[in-house]
Amino acid sequence: MYTASDLRKGLRIKIDNDPYIVTEFNFVKPGKGQALYRCKLKNMMNGNQFERTFRSVDIFEAADMQEKKMQYLYQEEGKYCFMDNQNYEQVFLSADQVGEAQNFLLDNIEVEILFFEDRPLGISLPNFIDVVVTKADPWAKGDSVSGNTKPVTVQTGYQLQVPPFIEEGEKIRIDTRSGEYLTRVKG
Amino acid sequence: MTRSIRRFFLDQGFLECETPLRIPAPAPESYIDAVASGEWFLQTSPELCMKRLLAAGYPKIFQICKCFRAGERGAFHLPEFTMLEWYRTGTDYRTLMDDCEGLIAYAAGELGLGGAVSWQGKRVALLPPWERITVREAFDRYAGLSVEEALGRGCFDEIMVCKVEPHLGMERPVFLCEYPAELGALARVNAENPEVAERFELYIAGLELANAFSELTDAAEQRRRFEKASRDRRLQNCPAYPLPERFLTALSRMPPSAGIALGIDRLAMILADQATIDAVVAFTPESL
Repeated sequence: MYTASDLRKGLRIKIDNDPYIVTEFNFVKPGKGQALYRCKLKNMMNGNQFERTFRSVDIFEAADMQEKKMQYLYQEEGKYCFMDNQNYEQVFLSADQVGEAQNFLLDNIEVEILFFEDRPLGISLPNFIDVVVTKADPWAKGDSVSGNTKPVTVQTGYQLQVPPFIEEGEKIRIDTRSGEYLTRVKG
Repeated sequence: MTRSIRRFFLDQGFLECETPLRIPAPAPESYIDAVASGEWFLQTSPELCMKRLLAAGYPKIFQICKCFRAGERGAFHLPEFTMLEWYRTGTDYRTLMDDCEGLIAYAAGELGLGGAVSWQGKRVALLPPWERITVREAFDRYAGLSVEEALGRGCFDEIMVCKVEPHLGMERPVFLCEYPAELGALARVNAENPEVAERFELYIAGLELANAFSELTDAAEQRRRFEKASRDRRLQNCPAYPLPERFLTALSRMPPSAGIALGIDRLAMILADQATIDAVVAFTPESL
């Protein structure tokens, strides 16, 4: 349990059975009045944000979160299926819940899924993944208009800018946090 | 800044005084918690001792000192902060409004700021007279509900913070005055309208800077209000404080007076255009 004076940015609390994260927090106290705790809260299930003012007598339950290692299996009609390799249980996440990560979901890749009680909230990928370039235009030497990068498509369908020497069929490493090219991978 | 404040008061014949920080009984207020120091407490304000000096015959006094309030920490709050208080006998809170106009314009001038301050992108002209608005008018204008409704629903503080304060003192500083009588702990009620207390708060660019009263001099009434505040504190499971008996005895000898407390750190925030109180102190509690 938390009281209002425990509230601070980043704290996860449960309100009406949904998990919320405190995104902004300020202690205020009008002259001679009571202490008030003004918060911006974000619903971790649906992303809705709102502002709320609490008093020091208000109490909150902690939002019980846990991360599980799971393996990505397949995608069907906008649902992404992941499996727990310990007990073979499967969960489905929507495209919204997967978010940007859908650009980097390699078959059988192991990811961390954040759960609130039994409900999946979102996934976190390994920071770096190695992928095969499936489409790249040949580099026209002396083409100064396009600068020093060119666009390619990788096996997950994601498109990004890479140095001009990268060719189709080569493997490259991508930083999944920024979505940017890091290096060419040999072998 | 503090040098110009001292000069402002000394030039007007005020006596600078120093009263103990550690006291046996702070003024019981419903929502102010004192920090214990052994069997005694650190002062939440120098108010009680300064009023005893008024009762002892000093007519114009000021003090710059540390005050301590447990649990208060935010962008505008430190549990240990610096307060300026000044008191005048033989007058009421309207004279203190003139003092505020003179003092802050003088301090800003000494710092080379001219006739206006800019705080976080809001420019506020300091030329007197500053705006005077009653709590009733402010609620009607900004809150969308009346003071009575807010008090009745128990959300006066929430409405004040969320709806009213952000509008106060945006072009000129504003004196928010005539508080509902029950919200003026140590203030005298207005003789013509006993529903309101002669209390004002000064706001500049939405930031509350000072709280002032025409001081209550009726010791019996003051005792009743302290007892009510103590009851409120017990109901909220807040620590109880002994009643400040020697203050109550002195109060019956205190001449009609007006007094004001102004947050020095917040004035520094305004004059130095800093967003948080952390930026105007050398050390925050977290950095110790």
